[in-house]
Amino acid sequence: MYRYDEVDYRIVRERVAQFRDQTRRFLAGELSEDEFRPLRLMNGLYIQRHAPMFRIAIPYGHLASRQLRKLAHIARTYDKGYGHFTTRQNMQFNWPALERVPDILSELADVEMHSIQTSGNCVRNTTTDAFAGVAADELIDPRPYCEIIRQWSTLHPEFAFLPRKFKIAVSGSVEDRAATLVHDVGLHVVRAADGEIGFKVIVGGGLGRTPIVGEVIREFLPTRHILTYLDAILRVYNRYGRRDNKFKARIKILVKALTPQGFAAKVEDEWLHLKDGAATLRDEDVAHYASFFGAPAYETLPPNPEAFTARLAEERAFARWVEQNTRTHRQPGYRSVVLSLKKTGVPPGDITAEQMEAVADWSERFGFGEVRVAHEQNVILPDIKESDLYEVWQLARSQGFATPNIGLLTDIICCPGGDFCSLANARSIPVAEAIQRKFDDLDYLHDLGEIDCNFSGCMNACGHHHIGNIGILGVDKNGEEWYQITLGGSQGNHTAIGKVIGPSFAQADVPLAFEKIMSLYVEQRLDGERFIETVRRIGLEPFKERVYAKHH
Amino acid sequence: MRSIIKDGQVVTDSWAVLRPDENGKLPEVAPERDVIVPFSAWKAEPSAWQNRAGQVAVWLAPDDEPGELAAHLASFPLLAVDFPAFTDGRGYSIGRLLRERYHYRGELRALGDVWQDLVHYLWQVGFNSFEIKEGKALEDALKGFGTFSERYHSTWREPEPLFRRRNINHKSVA
Repeated sequence: MYRYDEVDYRIVRERVAQFRDQTRRFLAGELSEDEFRPLRLMNGLYIQRHAPMFRIAIPYGHLASRQLRKLAHIARTYDKGYGHFTTRQNMQFNWPALERVPDILSELADVEMHSIQTSGNCVRNTTTDAFAGVAADELIDPRPYCEIIRQWSTLHPEFAFLPRKFKIAVSGSVEDRAATLVHDVGLHVVRAADGEIGFKVIVGGGLGRTPIVGEVIREFLPTRHILTYLDAILRVYNRYGRRDNKFKARIKILVKALTPQGFAAKVEDEWLHLKDGAATLRDEDVAHYASFFGAPAYETLPPNPEAFTARLAEERAFARWVEQNTRTHRQPGYRSVVLSLKKTGVPPGDITAEQMEAVADWSERFGFGEVRVAHEQNVILPDIKESDLYEVWQLARSQGFATPNIGLLTDIICCPGGDFCSLANARSIPVAEAIQRKFDDLDYLHDLGEIDCNFSGCMNACGHHHIGNIGILGVDKNGEEWYQITLGGSQGNHTAIGKVIGPSFAQADVPLAFEKIMSLYVEQRLDGERFIETVRRIGLEPFKERVYAKHH
Repeated sequence: MRSIIKDGQVVTDSWAVLRPDENGKLPEVAPERDVIVPFSAWKAEPSAWQNRAGQVAVWLAPDDEPGELAAHLASFPLLAVDFPAFTDGRGYSIGRLLRERYHYRGELRALGDVWQDLVHYLWQVGFNSFEIKEGKALEDALKGFGTFSERYHSTWREPEPLFRRRNINHKSVA
């Protein structure tokens, strides 16, 4: 993992002192609400339904065990004993007091953490594949580049006041697990014919009010140029992005207005002046950052040890968990374990202080003290020996982390919704729970197979409902909560925006609609066909007919 | 005469910033007065402005194109960029372009919604004088320059980004 040096520490400490002073001046009336709002947002602090909502950066989803323990301590000391993992791999607290946020920041700085730019119209936390560094299909480890981008984006003086928020994702593997096609900028690794590694640059994707799949503006950017090229993109956006209407201020609107070719031409023109400048990465610079992400001290182990395979054969529940909640590893004899934060009855992504501490313990006892946060709002133990899996499974069960539903219908990606968020049109948590209850039969759930279900409480789309195979959007109809269902969205290399199937549903009718959709899928699927493949093959019409058919 | 911040000091300043009224008309000023005029007004009749007894400078609005000034930069003792709202960050890019691309070396002043929490960034991208927003103390704004002692990026003040200045002793990683 990246470790701060003296300078990184100093910058974060100075940021804490700055925010402490800003908060003091606001409370003393020296800063107006209009002046303080953008400043506090750039430190992840919203004023929400119950209290401030405070968002802490987890750069590219990487956490050390001591950092997770610190988050547990913060949850207990400053909040109500739990936190919430977001789809940007960050952590949110819903109940801190404004006056105490500077103290929280100070505690975070002790463990090399901060909340810089977790909100506001600036460059947000860069996200990547939660399996970076351990995935079997990786071309390059994206994390050194994520850290380079994190440092570049931190307090960048030219881009502190963009037209709107700006999100960057990096994928270093063949299969894009970082949703690079639905980010303001996506960098997806490519290998040129001569073997050189670079990035495909995708711009203008995004969800929210105007969901759009991004456009490739450069097929191959050698890795050394990423910062100067990002400077060029951001400068074009900063200067020409719309500022008159916040709903039209994201870069995707500018890319559409200029056309992707027109936008690319402007960026290339800007880049001519920046290319090969001082921000160009030298080999030794990349090597410096890569040195933090070397492989840990793996043991040389035989794959599939007998103790493991015997348990698999004996216990069906264990075998099911291994199949669903663990991933193959590039190191023989190891697997990555996904701890499900999608247990029925628990708001998706929520985690208690005790659970955080348990995960920290396991990461040290069985792994190398590292934990990952997936943008699907689950927690990953990246390096677990196959011979330890049985014990880890039992421990995970004891903490409610072992629901074998990763990638299945009940692994719902979900925003906090109207229970917490003042932007939301509708509550998401109770509806997600009702769906989970409807599909609580594990055999049926597993038979339905891989299904991405995404849920947003409003069109800001924090739950990424557009790219759910089945998506739900909370809408407001005359002050009542209604729910729109979309089908056919997907993430990854075949990213697509889902389509609305018809009129929205009352809260109580959502699980039934899901049941009808799934029953039609089961009837229609061809051998081995996943849900999304059936939707693509037969289209939306049969689903509409089934869901909206009059009762006989 | 009023006070501004220039190169980290509070100084008195005699430049008059001319802003159009709601009819687009600029206020009348004595010909010997030094004036900062809107870029659009200067563009309309550059020689008339240049022939005044007093000095002339221009201020750019966020949507002005600094490249249009490139050929004339040497004739200005001062350029200014207006920040109608501090959340409008276009002027930061204008600052860098004037300094880095067009090599403007004279005084570069930030006008408008400019105060303590912004001067650090503005200084980095090339501004060296600051007309602080009315109602904000200049002494407070001065504190803003010391907020951060180090930064990661390549900027006009510090072209070498931190990653090139770090004492890197790592062997190359396979």
